[in-house]
Amino acid sequence: MYGLIAAEAAIFTIFVVAYIFYIGKSVTGPQPQDVLHVPIFLTVCLLSSSLTIHLALKFLRSGKVRSFAFWWLLTIALGAVFLAGTGREWRHLIYDEGLTIQTNLFGTTYYSLVGLHAFHVTVGLLALATVLLFTFLGNVGRQHAERVEVLSMYWHFVDVVWVVVFTVVYIVGR
Amino acid sequence: MSTESIALPLSGASQGPLVEQLHQWVTTVDHKRLGILYILYALVFLVFGGVEATIMRIQLMRPHNNFVTPQVFNRMFTMHGTTMIFFVAMPVLFGFANYLIPLMIGARDMAFPRLNAFSFWMTAFGGLLLYFSFIGGDGLYGAGNAPDVGWFAYAPLTSQTFSRGHSTDFWILSLLVSGFGSVGTAINIIATILCMRCRGMTLAKMPLLVWLNLVMAGLVVLAVSPLTAAQLMLLVDRYLGGHFFDTQAGGSAVIWMHFFWVFGHPEVYVLVIPAFAFASEIIPVFSRKAIFGYPVMVAATICIGFIGMSVWAHHMFTVGMSSSANTFFVLSTMAIAVPTGIKIFNWLATMWGGQIQFKTPMLFCVAFLFQFLVAGLTGIMMSAAPFDWQLGNSYFVIAHFHYVIVGGILFTLFGAFYYWFPKMSGRMYSETFGKLHFWLFFIGFHLTFDFMHIPGILGMPRRIYTYEPGRGWDIWNLIVTAGVFFQAAGVLVFVGNLLRSYWRGKVAGSDPWDAWTLEWSTTSPPPTYNFATIPVVKSRRPLWDLKHPEDPDWRYE
Repeated sequence: MYGLIAAEAAIFTIFVVAYIFYIGKSVTGPQPQDVLHVPIFLTVCLLSSSLTIHLALKFLRSGKVRSFAFWWLLTIALGAVFLAGTGREWRHLIYDEGLTIQTNLFGTTYYSLVGLHAFHVTVGLLALATVLLFTFLGNVGRQHAERVEVLSMYWHFVDVVWVVVFTVVYIVGR
Repeated sequence: MSTESIALPLSGASQGPLVEQLHQWVTTVDHKRLGILYILYALVFLVFGGVEATIMRIQLMRPHNNFVTPQVFNRMFTMHGTTMIFFVAMPVLFGFANYLIPLMIGARDMAFPRLNAFSFWMTAFGGLLLYFSFIGGDGLYGAGNAPDVGWFAYAPLTSQTFSRGHSTDFWILSLLVSGFGSVGTAINIIATILCMRCRGMTLAKMPLLVWLNLVMAGLVVLAVSPLTAAQLMLLVDRYLGGHFFDTQAGGSAVIWMHFFWVFGHPEVYVLVIPAFAFASEIIPVFSRKAIFGYPVMVAATICIGFIGMSVWAHHMFTVGMSSSANTFFVLSTMAIAVPTGIKIFNWLATMWGGQIQFKTPMLFCVAFLFQFLVAGLTGIMMSAAPFDWQLGNSYFVIAHFHYVIVGGILFTLFGAFYYWFPKMSGRMYSETFGKLHFWLFFIGFHLTFDFMHIPGILGMPRRIYTYEPGRGWDIWNLIVTAGVFFQAAGVLVFVGNLLRSYWRGKVAGSDPWDAWTLEWSTTSPPPTYNFATIPVVKSRRPLWDLKHPEDPDWRYE
């Protein structure tokens, strides 16, 4: 998993570099400072999901499967809220502000970078949901803690990437 | 990682009707079979890439030649480069890594056998996808064929405007798909080396081949992923109307170059480090001495790995960068010659005073030493930015990197083929034909690539499909093309030798070279489970300890 994370980090690095390189290079509007709003609530949701998944894992290690399931479900819910929020933001940008991936360089880099991250959140959610399904079927126990931990590492990675994306897109880029 | 024995399954796993055997090969997760699949697959693509090179050389044999059209010529050099790097060199090196690493570290398989199979098939289908472009590249516009944008596919040539049809898409997608395979294999190699070593094999006691492949796998993870990212951006540009590399909307064509070469230069080290690994195993065995300076070899390799990540823009001196960027990349490029030089001296010191046996694998490795030295020296010449401004994009560059890839990598690869062929097949190859292969290929190589430097210095640019007579290039191009036929003859002898020896060669036994690493302690070919009893090692040369209990290595290490 560390290897995969290193590879993924390299991919994100390239997209982040492209985003930073192209800040302010769009020849036509809309510009980021006109249309972007800082998604504080969504950021809180996603970052706190790192905490909930950590707690879930702690309960799994001590064999409390029901508590594990609760915190695991909460993690999925927080991730889903984040994803839905991103969807709403995109809808606003596309229909109200007229910014699509074709509009200008900002649109291209913004949708690619945030989209790449959202894609990783989606993959993460699918994986988390699979574990939840197995939990409800009664197939997850303390002996699986190590495997579940590998998945949680991926989820933490996705969160850390969001910190970078958030900083670059919503703070530096505006 | 214990010393438990396992029950020996009934022999005859590969017997049964042909369909069943084929089914076993297709569904296999055994690292040795996947390794052989990788190698055979790469050999097939070596023939494809070789035919493309031959077509180009016939076209350039004399001025105003009309062997192929300019369009076909463009496709040939694109396909030749892409095939040789992604579908010959990488798979064949992964194949050897797959086959040898678990055997050398005393493991029964790779860490993730199914990921291993998945990675192989991704790579395999990536290659098929690339070659399907000859049929399917037409697309709806009727304007495509095989990719023709060069193997580094500079923007804006790859935009929809300049590259109609689907040829470029086939290029992007096949590299994307095989890239996933490469990263999967690299992660697998890292996990295997770090977690699957047998008892007693600390990191400092691993065979050098294992160490070097660890560095190679790390480079693959860090270098191939940027290429994947860049390909995704190119797809966004081509299909979603993005502007990453669209200069009219403020995008930058130069950033594609950066992204490509951030992959492209470490890729050279991804290819050459396993070649170093083969040399580091073969040279000691045929000099009958332990490798000279083991810790320094490891340190130099890691050093190459790090510096190799920071030299990419020396491919871009001619693009026009700021003078500070030029200076940085000149210095970092020159710095990488230091660890590489250390390695060459270590190999020489290993041979010094040894009882050298010039068997075929050793011949290839000795040739590698000198050719790689020359390749390194032309590399130093071109690392100086002003010199590169003069010769960048000329045949001098082509000669330089073919000296690295053919003279360095392919020569050690042939050495590795001969060295491990007895292990993989259980049969000895024919030494006579092996030497014939060596000399044919050696003569062909030097005819082609020594003389290729000269038209480069005389100003012949790369990627031209023909040229005017009377520029002083004619005779050199003729010699270069003549060399190709020697090389082709050499490869034919090689393939013939392998096929003949596979069926008729004399039985090799488990240790024909009196070698020292663990793969020679099991039978040839090794059983599915590799080792009936997991070995325990005490030194870097476990088999030496076994054969010489009166004077074991671990007393001195």
